[in-house]
Amino acid sequence: MQCQSCGLRPATVHVTRIVQGQVEQAHLCAQCAQESGEINILANPAALLQSLLANFAGQGQAFQTETEMRCPSCGFLFNDFRETGLLGCPSCYAHFRSELEPMLRRLHGTTEHRGKLPHRRGGAFERDRHLQAMRRELQQAVGREEYEQAARLRDEIKQLEAEGG
Amino acid sequence: MQIGEHLASPRSAWTSGRGEMADVVVSSRARLARNLEGFAFPGRLTPEVAAQVLGRVQAAVQGFGSGWSFVKLSDLSAVDRQVLVDKHLISPQQMQAPELAALAVRDDEGLSLMVNEEDHLRLQAFRPGLAVGETLAEALRADDGLEEKLDYAFTPELGYLTACPTNVGTGLRISVMLHLGGLVRTRGIAQLLQVLPKLGLAVRGLYGEGTEAAGDLFQISNQITLGQTEEEVVAAIERAAQQIIDQERAARRMLKERALLQTHDRVHRALGVLRYAQLLGGEEAMQLLSELRLGVEMGMLQVSPEAVNEMLVTALPGFLTRTIGHDLQTLEERAARARLIRERLHKEVI
Repeated sequence: MQCQSCGLRPATVHVTRIVQGQVEQAHLCAQCAQESGEINILANPAALLQSLLANFAGQGQAFQTETEMRCPSCGFLFNDFRETGLLGCPSCYAHFRSELEPMLRRLHGTTEHRGKLPHRRGGAFERDRHLQAMRRELQQAVGREEYEQAARLRDEIKQLEAEGG
Repeated sequence: MQIGEHLASPRSAWTSGRGEMADVVVSSRARLARNLEGFAFPGRLTPEVAAQVLGRVQAAVQGFGSGWSFVKLSDLSAVDRQVLVDKHLISPQQMQAPELAALAVRDDEGLSLMVNEEDHLRLQAFRPGLAVGETLAEALRADDGLEEKLDYAFTPELGYLTACPTNVGTGLRISVMLHLGGLVRTRGIAQLLQVLPKLGLAVRGLYGEGTEAAGDLFQISNQITLGQTEEEVVAAIERAAQQIIDQERAARRMLKERALLQTHDRVHRALGVLRYAQLLGGEEAMQLLSELRLGVEMGMLQVSPEAVNEMLVTALPGFLTRTIGHDLQTLEERAARARLIRERLHKEVI
């Protein structure tokens, strides 16, 4: 296959981009790929990772105001994430959630933690995890029009929520 | 134990050469990234607040009992920090920004804690050979101990929150260091390097990032930290490691069947040069040590694997400069490297 850009050299770099749900593919030679900025040929893997992260992050919605761009907890500007690939503080995850979620999905294939819970505070988290799973089941039951099952789940969820205070 | 003793010895938890599958696997490591609630990530901390983080972690580490050293990286020279990088006790990033960072290390170096690197805490457990499950268990136990005293930044949805979203979730990175001398020599390595990323695994050279793998040492690790349990990550790495081990052993069998004499020759030439050379460059030493390692792993030489690992650490610039006591000129560096390797080899019965 020839490079789609120059039409001269063989295409050795195959780029798949997902832009707003549309899959785009490009077949380029190494030279054109590098010139187009599609790849940073491994001169600096850390920089590569960061530019990948920055690209993921760039696909989110544009911020409307300056306040939206700034984490209220630490004052971190989301634009800086596009440069460094690092967030400012733990609260940034909540504040920039809509920007980060598509990227987390791309990186990890999901946005749901299934691993260890901290022991000391774990009881409440265990209940939350259980509740979330049940809410999902409830939605699925409604989708399947299994209303008896859905009603039972709804009651269980209510009870669990009440226990949690 | 004082930090000086760690710096003066090329031995570490991973250098013993023992353990499962030690003919291919040098070591296994589990690393957990954790952050404290209510603090910005280290990159955004003022020195005063970073000192608070350090104080809290130091107090929590005291719960581990005796047999630990704690050192601020700013109290160490650049050379000493490089030695810690060579021994995999701190990261190259941390070495370059030592102002707010610290290291806590257990006497055997099998468990250590980087403080204020990219995250507030990077806890790592190290073992020789293939021992992925054991390193994870050890890291998680230490994590439980710390968590009794520290409030971690955690949400049920995203798990442990980390400065970089590539670590969020379990914060777990498991890596296995493998010597793939057979696959490199039989040209099977390229295929392997192409397949692993498709399985969600990262491959890198042991020393030096990128595709360059000095001494034919490769590190494979998981990329995904969100959505999988710790046990699932362990299982995936173990499965991949086992497959690579099988391929490497097959490559060595092929060397024995088709190039026995040539392999014997290369291995013994390497031994000869390492025993008698008066000048050795870093890259040359890495290559020769890989030949030597292959000879040991294939049962062609009687050198201990421990000696091979110690010579590897010895041959790196950090350890070398520290042993000589001052910055090295190229010629002097090559002479010192050759001398240290000769001395270590003379302790072996060959």
